[in-house]
Amino acid sequence: MCGIVGLFLKNPRLQPQLGALTAQMLKTMTERGPDSAGFAVYGGAQHGQSKITVRGLEESQRKDFEAGVLAVSQKATFVFRDDHAIITCSDEAEPAVRAFVEGFGHGVVFVSSGDSIELYKGVGLPEDVAARFGLSEMTGTHAIGHTRMATESAVTTAGAHPFSTGPDQCLVHNGSLSNHNTLRRQLVRDGLSFETENDSEVAAGYLSWRLSKGERLDEALTASLSDLDGFYTFVVGTRDGFAVLRDPVACKPAVMAETEDYVAFASEYRAFAGLPGIEKATVFEPEPQRVYHWEHAA
Amino acid sequence: MSATLEKQVIDLHTSTVRVLNSTLQSEDATGAWTILHPEGRHSLAVGLTAPLDVTIDGQAGYYAAGMNQRANVVIKGNAGPGVAENMMSGSVHVEGNASMAAGATAQGGLLVIDGDAGARCGISMKGVSIVVRGSVGHMSGFMAQSGNLVVCGDAGEALGDSLYEARLFVRGTVKSLGADCEEKKMTDEDLAILKDLLKEAGITDYPAESFRRYGSARRLYNFNVDNASAY
Repeated sequence: MCGIVGLFLKNPRLQPQLGALTAQMLKTMTERGPDSAGFAVYGGAQHGQSKITVRGLEESQRKDFEAGVLAVSQKATFVFRDDHAIITCSDEAEPAVRAFVEGFGHGVVFVSSGDSIELYKGVGLPEDVAARFGLSEMTGTHAIGHTRMATESAVTTAGAHPFSTGPDQCLVHNGSLSNHNTLRRQLVRDGLSFETENDSEVAAGYLSWRLSKGERLDEALTASLSDLDGFYTFVVGTRDGFAVLRDPVACKPAVMAETEDYVAFASEYRAFAGLPGIEKATVFEPEPQRVYHWEHAA
Repeated sequence: MSATLEKQVIDLHTSTVRVLNSTLQSEDATGAWTILHPEGRHSLAVGLTAPLDVTIDGQAGYYAAGMNQRANVVIKGNAGPGVAENMMSGSVHVEGNASMAAGATAQGGLLVIDGDAGARCGISMKGVSIVVRGSVGHMSGFMAQSGNLVVCGDAGEALGDSLYEARLFVRGTVKSLGADCEEKKMTDEDLAILKDLLKEAGITDYPAESFRRYGSARRLYNFNVDNASAY
């Protein structure tokens, strides 16, 4: 089953409420995915600075971890939220920090990096996961969230969505892919690596692989229509916006709402009920096989 | 008659879907009802058997007015998947758009959708009449067995795939016809049925003559008498 939500703010005045609105949307999708949840929040991009999200960091390890990062990037700053940490460092230092994170061990996992992405996920009821990370207080330009009812792989934090496989990129998926093993082998041959056995991670990897070859997001998504087999509604986040795609059969639900202030996506209308001005929004279902794309001017 | 004119309200900010449905399904329920703050909740006003007038004042979620008998249900906003599924009689009127599988397996009554309907509108319909003022998505009328589907806009891919019977009327374009669905000549009987349905749905701006009629070519396996011996 699974639930997906997305919120893209057109009106900057809503940015302080991004986290609160997303948390509320995520909670309403609990019945569609009660076993784990995750969300990516985009915002706070600063010129020349990269943000890296890591997870699996216990409080007792924070000191060692911090010292290790500072050894490769003296000006790095840290925000700790539950077992996740957001490191902000210079773009130049990003590869060294990432290498440190990946070599740190003790269950610490690199999650995402980019100019503006922060990505959190965990096992448990969506409301509890959101509270653990303080989603309601987060601000930003757009956010994507997912509530998971596992089908193709285990209920673990690693199996929770979103999946990030490229800079500022993330993907959430409702559905199940049938050719993910074949595609994963092809992508691994092309140099990609995967953290899980999850089908959705393969979809994310596939899109990142296309984007890394210089394709635009809409081109990569269009190509996925012929290369991915199975059921899917995807929402893909990038630094400046998000995109939506449904497979040709379109049995996985999707509904969108647009006002002058925002574009919202959800698996069901219920997720929109608390959005400001929703009674005047244009509410519609995205058509199958059509790429919908919203972007902030860079 | 005075009781039927009294306005009866159930507010889902203070009540629950379970209370709503058990109240409207009760043998004592009569007259007109308004449901406030539906907010996309599922299974609103389902399984009604009395000739009630029910207004859902906003957006409905999954299976709104499902299994309806005799009640007239108006949804002031959009409806989620499976609106009026398995309706037996009465009417359901969606003033916005409907999601996928509107009127699925419905055996009777009238479903009117003022906006568009999503994929698989009228899937496996068994006698219902469905009138869509806008367009319908792919695989509408899939395995339709009986009834009428009227589409004032366009139809998506594979219209009427594997249909048994049922009349399909489309005014706009049909992206493609499904297996064993073909265009048929509009007979006087078809035209009379279509005119009645448009009138019942309150559609006056599209003349019945501007529609085309589709139906079963009856060429699939189950229509071939030679296969009868297989049973």
